[in-house]
Amino acid sequence: MSKPKFAMYWSGSCGGCEIAVINIHEKILDVDANFDIAFWPVAMDAKVKDVEALEDEEILLCLWNGSIRNEENEHMAHLMRKKSKLLVSFGSCATEGCIPGLGNLFPVAELIDTAYTTLTTDNPDNIRPQTVTQVPEGEITIPAMKDRVHTLAQVVDVDYFMPGCPPESHQIAAVIDLVIEVLQGKAELPPKGAVIGAGHSTVCEECPRQRNLKAIKAFRRIQDVAPLDPELCILEQGVPCNGPATRSGCKARCPSVGAQCIGCYGPAEGVVDYGARLITAFASVIDSKDPEEIEQILDGIPDPAGQFYRFNLADSLFQAGAPAFKKNEV
Amino acid sequence: MERITIDPITRLEGHGKIDIFLDDKGDVANSYFQIPELRGFERFCVGRPIEEMPLLTNRICGVCPEAHHMAAAKAADAAYQITPPRTAKLLRELLYMAFYCTDHTTHFYALGGPDFIIGPDAPVAERNILGVIHKVGMEIGGKVIQMRKFGHKVVEMIGGRKVHPAVAIPGGVTKILSEGERKEIEEMGRWAIEFAQFSLQTFNDIVLANQTYLDLIVGDIYRDETYYMGLVDKNNKVNFYDGKVRVVNPEGKEFCKYAPNEYMNHLAEHVEPWTYLKFPYLKNVGWKGFTDGKDSGVYMATPLSRLNAADGMATPLAQEHYEKMYETLGGKPVHQRLAIHWARLIELLYAAERWVELATDPEITSSDVHCKPTEIPTEGVGIVEAPRGTLTHHYWTDERGILTQVNLIVGTTNNYAPIQMSTKKAAQHLIKGGKVNEGLLNMVEMAFRAYDPCFGCATHSLPGQMPLEVRLHDQRGELVDVVTQSAIPEPLSNAEIA
Repeated sequence: MSKPKFAMYWSGSCGGCEIAVINIHEKILDVDANFDIAFWPVAMDAKVKDVEALEDEEILLCLWNGSIRNEENEHMAHLMRKKSKLLVSFGSCATEGCIPGLGNLFPVAELIDTAYTTLTTDNPDNIRPQTVTQVPEGEITIPAMKDRVHTLAQVVDVDYFMPGCPPESHQIAAVIDLVIEVLQGKAELPPKGAVIGAGHSTVCEECPRQRNLKAIKAFRRIQDVAPLDPELCILEQGVPCNGPATRSGCKARCPSVGAQCIGCYGPAEGVVDYGARLITAFASVIDSKDPEEIEQILDGIPDPAGQFYRFNLADSLFQAGAPAFKKNEV
Repeated sequence: MERITIDPITRLEGHGKIDIFLDDKGDVANSYFQIPELRGFERFCVGRPIEEMPLLTNRICGVCPEAHHMAAAKAADAAYQITPPRTAKLLRELLYMAFYCTDHTTHFYALGGPDFIIGPDAPVAERNILGVIHKVGMEIGGKVIQMRKFGHKVVEMIGGRKVHPAVAIPGGVTKILSEGERKEIEEMGRWAIEFAQFSLQTFNDIVLANQTYLDLIVGDIYRDETYYMGLVDKNNKVNFYDGKVRVVNPEGKEFCKYAPNEYMNHLAEHVEPWTYLKFPYLKNVGWKGFTDGKDSGVYMATPLSRLNAADGMATPLAQEHYEKMYETLGGKPVHQRLAIHWARLIELLYAAERWVELATDPEITSSDVHCKPTEIPTEGVGIVEAPRGTLTHHYWTDERGILTQVNLIVGTTNNYAPIQMSTKKAAQHLIKGGKVNEGLLNMVEMAFRAYDPCFGCATHSLPGQMPLEVRLHDQRGELVDVVTQSAIPEPLSNAEIA
């Protein structure tokens, strides 16, 4: 009997999701034992034509990582949706746009102009990449960039969401175990739209640092206060930490080495807009009732756009027509 | 003119596509290695605080985030004019050596290695890491997994996370290493030295002992004479974390040696309209197109380049292998691109030896890991050797340390012109009279795979799939045939791929 097919594809991402999957180590052999790997460009040589030749929904499980940054990404998203029974929005880029989503703060023409006019760029004719170029031998093409970064669910129907930049390997291993159990009839799939491979609370809830409900008089930048007290809450030491708004699931890894949570697991369960929740959380630790003083304290956050929407901008309420976090909670 | 398109090319980190044009005899007239993506980090990092750069630029590349993390932290140190405490530097470098061991292992066994271990024209379905494990046995497969596990464990212990570490900040690091952790890291490092030696032995047995492969390495298909770049310490030995950038000419003579903040005097980037990626070159030689030799400013920055540009390795076992490689391949510099695989394994051994040196340094567990800024930040350059080439981050800030301008010249980008040249040359040697098959196309892909290119990194853009598809066009430019690696499908227009 032939095994069910597995695929993993990357678009506007950094490759860290692939590394996180390979970091499940021996368990990758379970994937090999239970699936035919139909398509996984980083690791093997099957090509797009091989995917196009498959029946619709012939791939049982496709992990899609990466945002939709150009037209080729979008084309591939439609193809993989059509060929896959279960399409998982895997990692922060696919799910909420991630750091490259900060590109949405600027018109796409500005992103391109900057890249081709840096101080070391030798560009006397002020060339920009062209989608179609006539070279002496013929015509060659590259895909056009889209006007902004889109999440996967903004362009195709998605079955499950798996947050994290990248998802932690122990979470990936747990999801793979679950899928194998489903194949063996020992478990059932979660309802469509579920967030999988993550916790149901906030990073603060799994962070061992002690919270004393201490209010602060100023926000401080980490290079001005490091090393932090290793036992106490980072936010209460004045360093903007995104733990209160961020979904649990990583075991609070960054705070464990003295660094603040930067929010890579996305909005905590039930949060509609990530930045709005974080602003509320920060406001609640400020030790003042004087509006002027509060404003002064908030000025201590040097980059509000980056602080509150570092990973989440492309999926935030700011993005026209993007229902912020429409995933069903289970 | 007939055309062959390889799209997407596979077993590398990132997106890309190769268009090969054939003349009326069916021989290769020209080829274009295109990068279809851009994300725009140099623009959207403007406005962000400098201490976030080690975290934001991690996301340029999830394969080598550690390299961006370190280059960003060093650029931030420079912008604040801070020299971090010695222990902070040791911890950063220790994390970085463990990462190097993991990364070079991944490339040799999962990305580049399958071409040798399984064979360049073996069935597509076998030519991957699982095929390697099936062929060499689970025992060796287990060692590969163990090496990757140990490397990432150290990255996580010091950096917080296995991918995208969070520990380096302007002025040092946030983590103090305990004696228990140190001991565990030292033990893993000793195992890594064994593993690196075992890998070099495997390379010797499988590749060097096979005359066909050896001919492939020393032959002309994969050979270009270019300049070579690499970071060196004060004794001109290879260093990954710190030092000066040294460039040697195609004869192996020192051409220039510069400190990080001098890079703009030496490098420039050429632009072509048919790709999103730029082509760096040596400014003082000049851009002469996609051509090798002493008059062309094209340079290479890979493991082999680092070995070519240095006078040797700083650790004893790696130095032995360094000498053996140059002895076997006929002296310095080595121009054969497939020797990059060998050089990579010698670097693996160096990184493992250095890992143990750092883990046994008496100051590694000191609590003096950070130095607070006292100066107003202005401008800073940070350079490290990423596994795939010299990585340069340059930031300008306002008086609050908010970025006003960013310039990045990233590992793989250095090698874009050499990769374009190598794939063209390989295609010219391998495709004659319009005859193309999957095995030949894979051998064209081997030309870039040696560089271990990471176009996610290079384009500050999106890694994605790079399958191989060959498109044949007649002299009028009309598509007559398409060959992919795994099948002979019907023709497909470029528009459909885009």
